Amino acid sequence: MIATLPDIESRPQQKDSRSTGAVVARLQGVSKTYGDVTALRNIDFSVQAGEIVALLGPNGAGKTTAVKLFLGLAKPTTGGVNVFGGNPVNAEVRMRTGAMLQVAKVPETLRVREHIDLFSSYYPKPLPLAEILAIAGLSEIKDRKFGELSGGQRQRVLFALAICGDPDLLFLDEPTVGLDVEARRLLWDEIRKLVARGKTVLLTTHYLQEADELADRVVVINQGTIIAEGTPSEIKSKTAGKKIRCVTRIPMEFICGLPGVLKVCQDREALEIQVSEAEPVLRELLQQDSQLSGIEVTSAGLEDAFLALTQDNNSETEAARRI
Amino acid sequence: MATASTVFAPELTQPLGRTFISFLKEARYEFLKYLRIPMYAVSITVFPVMFYVLFGLLMNRGAKMGDVGVSTYLIATYGTFGVLAASLFANGAGVAMDRGLGWMQVKRASPMPPFAYFVAKFITSMIFSTIVLVALILLGISFGGVHIAFSMAAKLTITLVLGALPFCAMGLAIGYFVGPNSAPGMINLIYLPLSFASGLWFPIEALPKFLQAIAVHLPPYHLAQLGLGIVGAGRGESAWSHWQALIGFGFLCLGIARLGFHRDEGKTFG
Repeated sequence: MIATLPDIESRPQQKDSRSTGAVVARLQGVSKTYGDVTALRNIDFSVQAGEIVALLGPNGAGKTTAVKLFLGLAKPTTGGVNVFGGNPVNAEVRMRTGAMLQVAKVPETLRVREHIDLFSSYYPKPLPLAEILAIAGLSEIKDRKFGELSGGQRQRVLFALAICGDPDLLFLDEPTVGLDVEARRLLWDEIRKLVARGKTVLLTTHYLQEADELADRVVVINQGTIIAEGTPSEIKSKTAGKKIRCVTRIPMEFICGLPGVLKVCQDREALEIQVSEAEPVLRELLQQDSQLSGIEVTSAGLEDAFLALTQDNNSETEAARRI
Repeated sequence: MATASTVFAPELTQPLGRTFISFLKEARYEFLKYLRIPMYAVSITVFPVMFYVLFGLLMNRGAKMGDVGVSTYLIATYGTFGVLAASLFANGAGVAMDRGLGWMQVKRASPMPPFAYFVAKFITSMIFSTIVLVALILLGISFGGVHIAFSMAAKLTITLVLGALPFCAMGLAIGYFVGPNSAPGMINLIYLPLSFASGLWFPIEALPKFLQAIAVHLPPYHLAQLGLGIVGAGRGESAWSHWQALIGFGFLCLGIARLGFHRDEGKTFG
């Protein structure tokens, strides 16, 4: 759980001047099934030149499948995939894209600079090695073998492989998984620099803070369906609200019935109550239970917004009970 | 969609020179990758050499197998054994590993020339095969009293290295159907009995009758017989028939590998 979220309103918003509006990649009515499992259901989704789009969702939501479709690693069951006006499997298209995927194992006996040298050779106009090493923060460890690297350093090598060809469009699948806070911020800075240079980025994440910090546009995906789309602040405003935490003997069912209560759940000895407005609910609670203690009121972060969005989508029954 | 294609019309074509460099680098790094894995480099080169030293140089000194010395005969059979291992492990275990753990996806998503990956693996195993063969021949000449003309040694090496290509394909076929962890074990399980039954460890005539009957249908037998034919210890069968068997087997394996390649799409999701 993310404790504090930086206030997104105070973040410089430059997206509107950046994005040129031209669609560089698009999924059109795409469904993808693997046997009995439906990974994506009739998805329409496009990426515009110059923007950072975050595909946000829990594990198994279909994020990686979407990335694989964009990269031509999987074929849609129905619908169309289009990248730079062509099929993503075309060599011309692949020369303009870079990808960072979740990989369990990379050849461990090759050195960092050797991996980069090889991938650079695939592209028509690769960046100079020194520049790639600098961007990915690998200059110090360029002679190390991949197997000798820490988890964070490995992620950075994969990032280097994604950018070495100076591609126009980058797909980053969970780029900061396993990175510490410091390394994560450094990578964010590098991603912002790329976009400042006119590149386009699609990243997937289940770190809500990451989507909030980086993205011009957030697409929330759950169980293979897009459930919300907008700027980080728009997504947040959809469920702008507060979270009350307190210890009380009032039954959950009763609290559920109060006006303005969105969701109640038990967290150890306390209740967590998501509300649209804190004060009326608090007043009512205090009136009902004079023993009520341990009150905490926090504002709902993107995390809660996201939970609320996915929950609304998932459990109609709960919603029905609330009314 | 129309706007997208007009704004971003593909303008790049792959010049031949750069493709060639990609192939070269792919092969170079593939070779380096295995050279730096002692488990691979040692087990590929050391086992055939060790067997040869043991059975060809120490135990059967001066013995004859038909017209040629045992030390000469066994260069062909342990040479076959060596190229078999090099081909199966570099391709089979290599592909299984790359596939199972996501690396293959990264490669496929990149603009790597599609065949560079396979060509690099084939070249790598061919280099290791050559190393094994040269080591066996030099050992035989130095310590086993083997008299072999340079041209014959070269012909033997080239024949066995090229004849190993179907086993590279067999490696791919295995690599596309087994998991990364079970691949080395599975390859051992297949190629050790196969080697034995094809007469690569002991001369085919020393095997029980029923095994001899099976041997002639096994691909490594045909490769070994090509090698033995060159050093003058063949069984008088035509080289062409052996090549035919190997080529047929190679295409069969390529077909299986191709099935696996297409089956691969859509194994993971999330």
